[in-house]
Amino acid sequence: MSTSNFTRRGLLKTSAVAGAGLALPTYLSAANHAGYTNAPQGDTVTLGFNVPQSGPYADEGADELRAYELAVEHLNGGGDGGMMNTFSSKELTGNGILGKKVEYVTGDTQTKSDAARASAKSMIEKDGAVMITGGSSSGVAIAVQGLCQEAGIIFMAGLTHSNDTTGKDKKANGFRHFFNGYMSAAALAPVLKNLYGTDRNAYHLTADYTWGWTQEESIAAATEAMGWNTVNKVRTPLASTDFSSYIAPVLNSGADVLVLNHYGGNMVNSLTNAVQFGLRDKQVNGKNFEIVVPLYSRLMAKGAGANVKGIHGSTNWHWSLQDDASKAFVKSFGTKYGFPPSQAAHTVYCQTMLYADAAQRAGTFNPCGIAEALEGFEFDGLGNGKTLYRAADHQCFKDVLVVRGKENPTSEFDLLEVVEVTPAAQVTYEPDHPMFAGGALGTCNPGA
Amino acid sequence: MFGLAKKDATLLLVVVGLTLLAPFILNPFPTDSAMAQFNAGYPDLMQRFVIFGIFAIGFNILFGLTGYLSFGHAAFLGVGSYSAVWMFKLLSMNVIPAIALSVVVAGLFSLLIGYVSLRRSGIYFSILTLAFAQMSFNLAYSVLTPITNGETGLQLTLNDPRVLGISQTADGSIPVTGLFGLEMRSTYTMDVGAWAFQFNVGYYLCAVALLVAFYLAIRIFRSPFGLMLRAVKSNQQRMNYTGLNTRPYTLAAFVISGMYAGLAGGLMASMDPLAGAERMQWTASGEVVLMTILGGAGTLIGPVLGAGFIKYFENIFSKINDNVLHGWFSFMPDGLENFVITIIHPFIGKGWHLTLGLLFMMVVIFLPGGLVEGGQRIAALFKRGKKDDDGADTSKATTPAE
Repeated sequence: MSTSNFTRRGLLKTSAVAGAGLALPTYLSAANHAGYTNAPQGDTVTLGFNVPQSGPYADEGADELRAYELAVEHLNGGGDGGMMNTFSSKELTGNGILGKKVEYVTGDTQTKSDAARASAKSMIEKDGAVMITGGSSSGVAIAVQGLCQEAGIIFMAGLTHSNDTTGKDKKANGFRHFFNGYMSAAALAPVLKNLYGTDRNAYHLTADYTWGWTQEESIAAATEAMGWNTVNKVRTPLASTDFSSYIAPVLNSGADVLVLNHYGGNMVNSLTNAVQFGLRDKQVNGKNFEIVVPLYSRLMAKGAGANVKGIHGSTNWHWSLQDDASKAFVKSFGTKYGFPPSQAAHTVYCQTMLYADAAQRAGTFNPCGIAEALEGFEFDGLGNGKTLYRAADHQCFKDVLVVRGKENPTSEFDLLEVVEVTPAAQVTYEPDHPMFAGGALGTCNPGA
Repeated sequence: MFGLAKKDATLLLVVVGLTLLAPFILNPFPTDSAMAQFNAGYPDLMQRFVIFGIFAIGFNILFGLTGYLSFGHAAFLGVGSYSAVWMFKLLSMNVIPAIALSVVVAGLFSLLIGYVSLRRSGIYFSILTLAFAQMSFNLAYSVLTPITNGETGLQLTLNDPRVLGISQTADGSIPVTGLFGLEMRSTYTMDVGAWAFQFNVGYYLCAVALLVAFYLAIRIFRSPFGLMLRAVKSNQQRMNYTGLNTRPYTLAAFVISGMYAGLAGGLMASMDPLAGAERMQWTASGEVVLMTILGGAGTLIGPVLGAGFIKYFENIFSKINDNVLHGWFSFMPDGLENFVITIIHPFIGKGWHLTLGLLFMMVVIFLPGGLVEGGQRIAALFKRGKKDDDGADTSKATTPAE
């Protein structure tokens, strides 16, 4: 079958070819750029919008993409300007960023770290994106944040709620506007105390991955601090669609509060199961049985339908807020797309504006300049009241909304009502808080 | 040359040419033109082409030769990635020990799974491998989080020990993967007129690995061992009745293809030091099956073509959005432009799965032998005029009959 015919000439020829092949890479060295990766050439600047367009969070991704397009339109001077008019920093004039017209590329993260990194890499290597933003899951956000740190690109995180994003996995080139599990817990605990008292037995059902764990940890710590007892913490696989087998044991556990640390489709299914089992009509220990969903979104409330009525949770932003900024954003989003934006849309719109503004103030697209402009930046007029981008961990500190499923919705979008606006001071923690410890920001990396 | 028959040597040379010149071949359009969207000649995608090429070549040694359809090969790729990243965390940022460990670990893991799964054949074997892979995925996703870092994926940090290297560079960032000081990510950009060709060190390392893997696959295909594997495929029962124990052969094929997958995983982690659990998911295992069938199962070059085809769609088509379309069709009158975009919209961006699915159906229906069969038909068309059936026959000979 195989033919071996080594000759002197053949050997020489092959070794020459092999040698050339091996030597080729060695004389290729890193290219020199203008001080940082992907310095914009010409009169345009490219941003990379990396969102889930397929997979479990495709709805959030689609809404994020709409908000990005709106933000780009506003930055380039189109539309009614949206929150650019209410933003406390007045550097942006609708003339692009630093006079360069904003262009964008999009990609599909598929809610998978690998695909998200591949897509982000192609934006960096092929399209010359100078900033990457997006993500609708903490795993993806953390993975892409790491990539951007290595590549010397700014990462503006989208919807990511895990403590780790700005905790143990924080990076100098990454920034998060969205709130996190700790803040949800800190905002919810006092409200729950007022509603349900201090003598409660909580049962946790938790999506079995990083985000679920950090949220479970945060909520359990906050509720235990006010006197609640945690009966049990049960982890459910992320891929579950039927939670009946997890709900049944709750009934006999003596618990009188069920905490659902689930998001997206998981939450829709687990809540529906819980309501079907009649948990909400039950009396345990002489008290009404209650259900809490710590992280809420309008899209989830829509999925769960009537089951969300009267159920409490927290959210980053809601379109029914009545401040000028929120109204301006809802108006321009509504005019363009015909329905109000979700919290995911809001946070990515803010991130784009904050990046643009930071570049404008820094006078450069150099990631280190932008990081410096964002660190410790205090702003207002983006829908969350006074907000601080903390320098120590690149997390935004702002008011957190505690919401409740509306009893009498007036439209298909009017599903949640704001119960309380928890002030930023109450949800602020030290950067070295045990739930966030273990990581290091490192130093900003401008790339090549 | 290299102990190969002339036909195989030519094929190897073609593959050498294609991989070494890939930065030119994959970048046919000038950077600023509207068609630049279709350029695939950037480091990350080129790396993926060859890495998944290696993965598919390895899978084909099992599936193409023995006919055992494994639905769990992604597990070996994942295990390889995790081993490589742990090597970067604990030992050094040099890629050689990382890749070596990933091949060894994937080999051992496949020995274990193969030993159990190969007691059955046909659909039962597929189900067993699928079950093992899903099990590995779930373990990596949640149970083994201390080792795999769960959903987030295993990443390098500033606190890793790295016995033979540095924990962090002087300016406080994580060191990058390299080969004796040659950074994997360093890229030389050659500007020729309107074109920009990118030559990336990591890509050429992967390319060399692909060539070695391809050469080994040719030798395996043409060896007595390969013939034995084909005999398993055509009639295993008859072999058993003649007193031959086929299991050592199938197990060897399984382990070899597992090691190929481990090599792919190790290379993937070397190019981008992150290992995520979803690399082991059944969809990832299914993808390599698709690659092999799309390219042509049992052929030498087919799996590589299939891998390139699928990765191209995943990375290029998913990035076309309506904005890009408006750019292309802006020359049309408004109404017509919007109409054309409405028609194309479902097939691009998030619809890349749909486009790929349609193409896959067409290939399976019209070219049952995969892309390779397409190539053969075209070659036959051109050669018919000259030497009639001679050309067609020899082109079949390069690719063992299916």
